[in-house]
Amino acid sequence: MSETTSTTATTAQARGSFRTPTGGRVDRTSPVTFTFAGVEHTGYRGDTLASALLADGVHQIGTSIKLGRPRGVGAAWAEDPSSLVQVEEPFPDPMLLASTVEVFDGLVADGVPGQGRLADIADSARYDSRHLHVDLLVVGAGPAGLQAALTAARSGARVALLDEQSEAGGSLLGSDELLDGRPALEWVADAVAELAAAPEVVHLQRTTVFGVYDDGFALAVERRTDHLGGAAPEGTSRQRVWRVRARRTVVAAGAHERPVVFTDNDRPGTMLAGSARTYLHRYGVLAGSRAVVFTTNDSAYRAAVDLADAGVHVAAVVDTRDVAPAHWAVELERRGVPLRTAQAVVGTRGVERVSAALVAPYDRAGLAAGARSSAGVEPEAIECDLLLVSGGWNPAVHLHSQARGKLAFDAGLGAFLPAERLEDLLVAGSAAGTFDLSSCLRQGGASAATALSELGLDVTAVPVPSAAEQPPSSSSSAPDLVWVVPDPSGDSSRQFVDVQRDATVADVQRALGAGLRSPEHVKRYTTIGTAHDQGKTSGVVTSGIIAELLGAAPDAVGTTTFRPPYTPVAFATLAGRDRGQLFDPVRTTSVHDWHVQAGAVWEDVGQWKRPRYYPLAGEDMETAVLRECAAARTGVGILDGSTLGKIDVQGPDAGVLLDRLYTNLMSSLAVGKVRYGVMCGADGMVIDDGTVLRVAEDRFLVMTTTGGAAKILEWMEEWHQTEWPELRVHLASVTEQWAAFPVVGPRSRDVIGAVFGAGGSEDGVDVSNEAFGFMTWQDTTLDGVPVRLARISFSGELAWEVHVDSRYALAVWERLIAAGAPYAITPYGTETMHVLRAEKGYPIIGQDTDGTVTPQDLGMAWVVSKKKPDFVGKRSFARAENQREDRKHLVGLLPVDRETLLPEGSQIIEHREDGVLPSVSETGPVPMLGHVTSSYRSAYLERPFALALVKGGRARVGELLHVPVKGRLVAVEVTSPVLVDPEGARRDG
Amino acid sequence: MQMIKCPWCGPREEVEYHYGGQAHVAYPAEPAALSDEEWAHYLFFRDNTRGLFAERWVHTAGCRRWFNAVRDTVTYRFHATYRPDEPRPVTA
Amino acid sequence: MTTVDAFSTDPADAVPHTPAAAAAGRLNGTPPRTPGADLPEHPDALWKNPEPKKAYDVVIVGGGGHGLATAHYLVKNHGITNVAVLEKGWLAGGNMARNTTLIRSNYLWDESAAIYEHSLKLWEGLEEDLGYPILFSQRGVLNLAHTLQDVRDSVRRVEANVLNGVDAEWIEPDEVRKICPIVNTSSDIRYPVLGATYQPRAGIAKHDYVGWGFARRIDEAGVDIIQNCEVTGFVRDGNRVTGVRTTRGDIACGTVALAAAGSTSVLTDMLGLRVPIQSHPLQALVSELLEPVHPTIVMSNAVHVYVSQAHKGELVMGAGVDAYNGYGQRGAFHIIERQMAAAVELFPVFARAHLLRTWGGIVDTTPDASPIVGRTPYDNVFLNCGWGTGGFKATPGLGWVFADTIANDEPHPYAAPFSLDRFVTGRLVDEHGAAAVAH
Repeated sequence: MSETTSTTATTAQARGSFRTPTGGRVDRTSPVTFTFAGVEHTGYRGDTLASALLADGVHQIGTSIKLGRPRGVGAAWAEDPSSLVQVEEPFPDPMLLASTVEVFDGLVADGVPGQGRLADIADSARYDSRHLHVDLLVVGAGPAGLQAALTAARSGARVALLDEQSEAGGSLLGSDELLDGRPALEWVADAVAELAAAPEVVHLQRTTVFGVYDDGFALAVERRTDHLGGAAPEGTSRQRVWRVRARRTVVAAGAHERPVVFTDNDRPGTMLAGSARTYLHRYGVLAGSRAVVFTTNDSAYRAAVDLADAGVHVAAVVDTRDVAPAHWAVELERRGVPLRTAQAVVGTRGVERVSAALVAPYDRAGLAAGARSSAGVEPEAIECDLLLVSGGWNPAVHLHSQARGKLAFDAGLGAFLPAERLEDLLVAGSAAGTFDLSSCLRQGGASAATALSELGLDVTAVPVPSAAEQPPSSSSSAPDLVWVVPDPSGDSSRQFVDVQRDATVADVQRALGAGLRSPEHVKRYTTIGTAHDQGKTSGVVTSGIIAELLGAAPDAVGTTTFRPPYTPVAFATLAGRDRGQLFDPVRTTSVHDWHVQAGAVWEDVGQWKRPRYYPLAGEDMETAVLRECAAARTGVGILDGSTLGKIDVQGPDAGVLLDRLYTNLMSSLAVGKVRYGVMCGADGMVIDDGTVLRVAEDRFLVMTTTGGAAKILEWMEEWHQTEWPELRVHLASVTEQWAAFPVVGPRSRDVIGAVFGAGGSEDGVDVSNEAFGFMTWQDTTLDGVPVRLARISFSGELAWEVHVDSRYALAVWERLIAAGAPYAITPYGTETMHVLRAEKGYPIIGQDTDGTVTPQDLGMAWVVSKKKPDFVGKRSFARAENQREDRKHLVGLLPVDRETLLPEGSQIIEHREDGVLPSVSETGPVPMLGHVTSSYRSAYLERPFALALVKGGRARVGELLHVPVKGRLVAVEVTSPVLVDPEGARRDG
Repeated sequence: MQMIKCPWCGPREEVEYHYGGQAHVAYPAEPAALSDEEWAHYLFFRDNTRGLFAERWVHTAGCRRWFNAVRDTVTYRFHATYRPDEPRPVTA
Repeated sequence: MTTVDAFSTDPADAVPHTPAAAAAGRLNGTPPRTPGADLPEHPDALWKNPEPKKAYDVVIVGGGGHGLATAHYLVKNHGITNVAVLEKGWLAGGNMARNTTLIRSNYLWDESAAIYEHSLKLWEGLEEDLGYPILFSQRGVLNLAHTLQDVRDSVRRVEANVLNGVDAEWIEPDEVRKICPIVNTSSDIRYPVLGATYQPRAGIAKHDYVGWGFARRIDEAGVDIIQNCEVTGFVRDGNRVTGVRTTRGDIACGTVALAAAGSTSVLTDMLGLRVPIQSHPLQALVSELLEPVHPTIVMSNAVHVYVSQAHKGELVMGAGVDAYNGYGQRGAFHIIERQMAAAVELFPVFARAHLLRTWGGIVDTTPDASPIVGRTPYDNVFLNCGWGTGGFKATPGLGWVFADTIANDEPHPYAAPFSLDRFVTGRLVDEHGAAAVAH
């Protein structure tokens, strides 16, 4: 923070002197102490940081990003382009607006010199979200919104009334209007009370609807504890996202006052006129002691009159128009406020705060004109510490525009207005360009009534309270449309269009001079509208300036696109609960806790947690895996394979469907048998593999890879439903229902026999090779629990898969473990599973394939039926590219040194006689033949080995190739992918 | 986020659905009879209409059933949803 | 990193030298410096807004980065200047204005690496070539691996990159932490970081500056940039297109080059040409300006994140592609919410950063996630499309290669693998599984 602010803040006479003795919505019985720019201040509950600082006479908030010029409070809410603060305590929050931050005890904040600062620690606050379905969403609890909500509530509709401020009332909070002869805020209080009592109404304050999307979907963020500081209740989410689905929406979001651009219009103390009125009425704060009001329309007169009545010396009202509104002229005269018509503020003086407004006759020639009528005329300096500006009002059309409603320029208002009624979104009140209170109320009620009757609901009309008499229209004057007051000397380089970006009229002129015409180009050239406020006040002004300079209509120039969010929303708020372990669901098997007890190291496989290996004390992965592998090859091991996808395929045409989807024939599989199969995409590339059990004539159990489970079920459904709906077949995932435990190794027969054999189970199974052949399955029970045993081997060893209802899985697993104890049964994880299968040359789809590999590439021509006339993928095998001899084939690689473990992913090149990797920079890219897909140390082979995809690999068996490993070339011999037991002798034990 | 009307379940949030590309592209009756070029067109070439587009959706997190929709690819608005065995409805 | 004297590419070195700054002066002596606050000023002259001529040797349809770069290299490398660039909206206002500006070349396949690396080399000299401060900042990219298969794929890509002459390395989590300390490399997140690939020469650039730099150069060279000029049809004569019908009148042409991402299919439909493209919404977002916190670019596939901190200090993120076809330049918000969850998961310090603005572009995707560049069945119509999320980084490389293809009436060797007929032969360049997170 700059020292100047501190100086200002600590000037004793300036502090505390701007609070009115009474009035305002702040709770004067609840003082709060906060720190801004290192100085302690006191405000009241109900204050914003801006109102409390203004009450202490502090106007400068920070400095501007490029030029380092002082920046102050420009408005009283989110349209404020300049009061950026960094909150430091209770938790660092970058870039909030002083005009929207509510004060609380212990708040510590600083001005932002352009960039906010993130905390260097994680945010421990909670965030959550809720869904809301309503008939009518009302955005904004000002007069129009309240009347709309009341109408809908009395009609019995489901209503959401969401408003971004701390309390309902909207513009009424910043005024002294009467409704039905009493203060308008009493009407507001009654309305709020009625809504609170209505059963179908959700009314939330501090809740900003920041985006409107398709089909009545709106998103809002509720700031639930920010205003409480340290008093925030434990366990309450800090912010909540509301996902609202509304059948109709009434946007009653109000309007933003529009500034007029003039030279040095950025000095603190320069403020939108209506905002000063809000500071007075809502916060009991005088934004200055000596004010100049500069306006092009009638609305600012109210501010002048109210401030004068509150004791501010209003040094002048400067109106660009030749004729002031008669009613207001009288009011000013009554208060002795000088009125200057046909004049304009052409500049200011001051350092960290405005000290004078420079006033001169208004030069109507406009920005594009050359010689200035005011040139050479010395402007008159009117001393002031507050310069209020009003260039008219811009309806808050953001949500209408986000919903892709058209906008049209209204020359009378000098603003863009909704130009069409959208089907499910209506705009009411000043957001629709209606500015008198009675009309706003009427329109709010009428919009709700229209919406509800369109929904077929009976409407109970709500009487519109009567607002005070407006000044007769004959006494008002049409607003002037002034974007920029030309600088008398023609220097537009300090005429700030976007004060946050330090972007000026000169920048716009330069952009147009460079050949740019589109406001999108001008925005990018000047950076106008790209800052924190996203051009809430600068956007329309820019379009106006472009139009004026090009001699075009603002309509023809248009605006840049309004995009969500309406106001900034914290990342964490949108992330909600979906973080950490809730970022993505964790899937665990029914034996998970056993694995935890056994000290498993985990691997994430899709959403599943799978044991990767089970280290004993002192073991690293390599040692553990070598031990686990040895157990499976020489004794017995057990794997939790429950994550394998399982699809129950039932129906008379089940076999037909499978025949069309697998490359091989499945319908010929006999009941009781098991067959391995491969599925391809229509492009002929392998997408999944697994075993298929024929359970009955009309029933198959399809096993998929762990990662492919959901995808393959969807794939089968897609073909069935969209291409072959005539097939009588039903598909269901039973992945979660069935646990699956491969029991693997020469001693597996002993274990399976002990548990399920004649001695172990009531309907004991004969586990001899003769009675229980390879690739067959049998059902049995264990203590009454159905169990299915299948002789399937993914390791080449004698093995059974034990399938059991997940609810009993842990008990069965423990029985197997107990029965295996005499044989030192060894639980093994995915790593050992991978080694065992790789030794046998069995590919893992997704590891040894990458979506560009056919079954033939894998050496599995045998799994591709020659008999079937068609199956998914078959036609693609005939394409030119699939006929090439140099396609990549799955092969084995043996490092010649018998030591090097090739990193998986390593690239493979031709063998180089010199054993040296050529320099890419000298000789260009080195041709690659393929890559290592799997690589392990083999306990069985007593050497490392790998699987690889190699161009023309099958023809290269026996050849030497090179694999670069950390800049060194490792010689490898190409082999068959099957390195263990190529005869298949071990599978029968 | 869209509200999409599943022909079986009624209107549900967009997040319950998966997209399935152009509708009414039948698997060729006899793929083997197609030229490479014809097969490539079946495999890879789909309309990419700007405007009303008949396309496939599946209610993944609901009934898991596929259906067709006519949607405007500019406004994203759904003009109709219908079952796969129904013809494309006439939409404005 | 290549820099030129006139401009610094390091935002930290950006010194205000704006006329406005000089004129305005500073009111309080030296204010706190805001790194990156002062982007280099744009020049006083960018381009003219000419009326279209009756005829051009080459008509480029699409005034985005690719169309402008193609015109630039037609002029620079081939001396072809009787060229019009037709833009239906505002110049460089499509994906050029909507992308997240990542530039990298660490693609898996040889064909991809060749053209993207060619492009990256051009990026390294582009500021000088264009005489425009494009703010090319080579801050490196980390592609995080979260699963063992990510690790395998990453190593595979790195090893291929190295043999293709692309700078790349595999780094372990502790090195990830050194390069980007704010990445959550602890083991207690849902998908812990197991390592990353690192391409130090990757970077970002200021997209508008790039588009305008090309535009200014070609405007100077006599190329007509014609905005608000939508192509409504083509005049055909047998296998040739002799003219282009536009909202600003008919324009005769010697050669037509299509470079209209987001509208490709609309144009090819007019030509009766089938192209395997699907157009999808792709969203992006920015935060407010923040003090420097993120020194590099981080991408993650499993935890879908792509984030960098741009020159002024804003966090720029690309979200996932919306699944459905869409030309609306907007997407669904649940994609953004998911993106935010991923961002905070990987970067806990981002929690209180604010989403300031979201927007959408249209990405033209192909079946193999690689572009289509080259000939069409028409003798004098050339096609460039289907870049998916890779278009921006390819801008100069494609411009060079496409201009060469047009000028020589023969696909440039780097373009040849990306011909339309690969979908018939099956010789795809499948970057799906390989390109890490798409961007």
